[in-house]
Amino acid sequence: MLKPSHFDPVSSEIFSKQLKIAMLVVLMAFGILILRLWTLQIVNGPAYRAKSEHNRIRLHDIPPFRGMIMDRNSEVLVDNRPSYDLYVIPEEVQNRSELLDRLSRLGDLDREAAERILDKAGSGYPFKPVCLKTDMSRDELASIESHRFDLPGLMIRVRPQRHYFYEGLASHVLGYVGEISEAQLMSGQFPKNRAGDLIGKRGVEWKWQAQLNGIRGGEQVEVDAAGRKIAMVSRKDPISGANICLTIDKRLQELAEKSLQGKHGAVVAINPLNGEVLALASSPSFNPNVFIRGLDKKTWQDMVLSKEFPLQNRAISGQYPPGSVFKIVMALAALEEGVISPEEEIFCNGTYSLGKGTYRCWKKWGHGKVNLHRALVESCDVYFYVVGKRLGVDRIAQYAKRLGLGKETGLDLGEESSGLVPTTEWKLKKWGVPWQPGETISTSIGQSFVLTTPLQMANLISSVFNGGHIYRPQTTKWVKKSDGETLFEFEAISAGEAGIKPEHLELVKKALVGVVNQPHGTGSKARLKDIIVAGKTGTAQVIALKKEGGSKREEAVPFKFRDHAWFVAIAPASNPEIAVAVLVEHGGHGGSAAAPIAKEIIQAYLQVPS
Amino acid sequence: MLDRRLIQNFDWVLLLLLLLEAGISILNLYSATYPIRDMGGAEIFLKQIYWFLIGFAVFLLATTFNYYVLERLAYPAYFFTVGLLILVLFAGRVMSGSQRWLSLGPISFQPSELAKIAVVLVLAKFFSERGEFKEYRLRDLWQPFILTAIPCFLILKEPDLGTSLFLALISFSMILIAKVNWKSLVILAGASGLAAPLIWFGLKEYQQKRVLSFLRPDMDPLGAGYHINQSKIAIGSGQIWGKGYLQGTQTRLHFLPEQHTDFAFSVLAEEWGLIGSAVLLMIYLFMILWGLNIAKNSKDRFGSMIAVGIVSIVFWQVAINVGMVTGLLPVVGIPLLLFSYGGSSLITTMAAMGILMNISMRRFMFQ
Repeated sequence: MLKPSHFDPVSSEIFSKQLKIAMLVVLMAFGILILRLWTLQIVNGPAYRAKSEHNRIRLHDIPPFRGMIMDRNSEVLVDNRPSYDLYVIPEEVQNRSELLDRLSRLGDLDREAAERILDKAGSGYPFKPVCLKTDMSRDELASIESHRFDLPGLMIRVRPQRHYFYEGLASHVLGYVGEISEAQLMSGQFPKNRAGDLIGKRGVEWKWQAQLNGIRGGEQVEVDAAGRKIAMVSRKDPISGANICLTIDKRLQELAEKSLQGKHGAVVAINPLNGEVLALASSPSFNPNVFIRGLDKKTWQDMVLSKEFPLQNRAISGQYPPGSVFKIVMALAALEEGVISPEEEIFCNGTYSLGKGTYRCWKKWGHGKVNLHRALVESCDVYFYVVGKRLGVDRIAQYAKRLGLGKETGLDLGEESSGLVPTTEWKLKKWGVPWQPGETISTSIGQSFVLTTPLQMANLISSVFNGGHIYRPQTTKWVKKSDGETLFEFEAISAGEAGIKPEHLELVKKALVGVVNQPHGTGSKARLKDIIVAGKTGTAQVIALKKEGGSKREEAVPFKFRDHAWFVAIAPASNPEIAVAVLVEHGGHGGSAAAPIAKEIIQAYLQVPS
Repeated sequence: MLDRRLIQNFDWVLLLLLLLEAGISILNLYSATYPIRDMGGAEIFLKQIYWFLIGFAVFLLATTFNYYVLERLAYPAYFFTVGLLILVLFAGRVMSGSQRWLSLGPISFQPSELAKIAVVLVLAKFFSERGEFKEYRLRDLWQPFILTAIPCFLILKEPDLGTSLFLALISFSMILIAKVNWKSLVILAGASGLAAPLIWFGLKEYQQKRVLSFLRPDMDPLGAGYHINQSKIAIGSGQIWGKGYLQGTQTRLHFLPEQHTDFAFSVLAEEWGLIGSAVLLMIYLFMILWGLNIAKNSKDRFGSMIAVGIVSIVFWQVAINVGMVTGLLPVVGIPLLLFSYGGSSLITTMAAMGILMNISMRRFMFQ
């Protein structure tokens, strides 16, 4: 029955030798395995033990609420609102393509993008929710909620989201938030933030970023490898960011923005006695809410590359020639330097000649004999040509600087421009050619190289009426932590003294009252019934002397060549409460285009009937 | 029919080793599935006990007949298995992307498991028919090569790279022990070296990824490298005495992938430490050495070669699985013999063990 295949003795011997080698190989292999276990469990055991302890604890972030921002009357301008975000738990999805189909029918969902997101999430953590869509609309939320039972694997999470109540209101002051950049993360200036956080990028949001941010909370959660939550180990509640009260008056701000609607320009209103900014408007503006939802590249580029520069804050970083508003500086300098007495009259026949050049007065046929008072009230150019010639550009510059021009006012929002006050030295250094006498003449009426910002202008007229003090403008009244502790409280900060004799200030003040209230004053459109408003008009030429010889009306000039209209005002003149600077780009004459805006703002602030 | 000498020669040692393995395995499986008891863990545990009982019956059955009938059955069994492997490619059940299972009513099984035994038998027959012993040269071995290559290729198509390579390893081990002359060995080594790049480009992307993540686990710590990292943490954190039975945190929190199948050893190592894992390895080592001894004591070449084949199944499964979960080898999806959950593998192993026992019991017949 058996048919044994016997070994012959030789092969039997070879075979047992082979088996011995096999045993040796087996022993060696097991030796390696044991050695490996030894390394893992004994040599590195403690390290792996520690790792296994940490393994099960996950930290979950709880983002803090960002502080609120309100106006000076505690009306909330910026708050947080819930954003409803749609998540999918891959493991619980039964039929992915059906789910996506239904989602795109229920709401606005980019199917391809969603597919890509899900693919990318992969199968590493099947229980980790994947975000498909943020900030769903109410309708979407409602329709998805009502279909929740037939859509397994869906989850809706609520997350606080920055909300600017009055879309676009005071955007340049408030600024906006955006995702923290890699460079900012690396800089170490944002220790409380991590990638993906929204931080203040401009304005108050930027300035008070550290205070507004709050402190992140967290949860220690015991999870399994799939990321499923098993138990909560501990929880640290987040601390909301500090609240901020602005010096801005929402009502006034609204009015300022309305008055600029459809125009390019800026309105600044400040308290002349302490530097509080009451309104600060720049047009065109933007809606900070769009930054939160995440800008697509095109919208962003449109905004940045727009010829209208909606992101530029014209009130503090727009630099314009001050035009005749500069005559305030000229008058004070002339009086202080004694190059002219208040009574001295200069004859204006409409032109002024220096060397080969002829310089015109805005009034073609001249003002006749004018003294300082009339020169300011009627804004006679020839008078100031003469004064400028007597002072020389360097003395003019000295006073301009003392009155706060040519440097940043120090406003607490940053991104300010310094403007420009030219000197002979500056010209030589910058252009390599000496100063020309004719340039002094144009400087005298705020043309040539002089550049100022609207905020500087508001500061300038304030210092004339507050005794020569220059205050650093500020936009923040107080900053209080969520537990009530005050972190900051407004206090007037001096940015220098003009050092002008009071009697000289008085003379200029009287003249500025005249500008608005006298029969031939250029600023009569800012006149109010019961309140004495003082001010100065300015018309800044965009192209020097473009109208020479011509008699074209403003409307006949192409828009981009039209003059910028200035008006700076203060009221009440005897006891000033508000100073306003208005600039309308290409608005034409200050008296007609800018003065009515200033009037409206003063009127609203002081609550007087027209 | 039953010879009294069969009882006298019953291999109690082998049986004891088997029962020891089975006991530890069930104990460990209970712990491994403990965290998912409500999600089918209890069912898995019970099922494995049933599989063991069935497996034990198969084991006993395999000891009853004289193994010599297998010599006649070797080729039919081989071609039957190859037929099943072809069938599985057309009619197999697809699970997680692979077509490996055949359904027989309520039971489904993997023909690739059967292929291990079939290849062992057919190679044992080949080497026992060669009469006078000699050193084999490559040209003498074209038959074993083809016999191995056919099922290897079919299994690779499923795709199941791990089992396919495993089959090649078994056949390679048997050929080596049968003794190949050293020149042929050098040529063989050179040829496999040249074949490596070919195999590499024949791999599916996820398979390449596994090998890469083995070479550089830090490359993809949450992807393919994740499993092996978690396994190393589990094993390492067991330290010398382990965290205690049912106390493994890696296990309890389900950090381990497939902790009741391929990574069952990691569960044991976490809960029983170096002591426990070394004891388990010693049992395997003893089983292998005992098996080689059976091969040596068998007085016929066919029996010896079957024993060598079965021992090599045990050896490679242990070496690869433990090497894999400890991060020495890439993750290829080889379960741990007698230890991981899984019916087909267990039944096949028990059948193989039964044959080994059969050979051990009948060694006297040729005296």
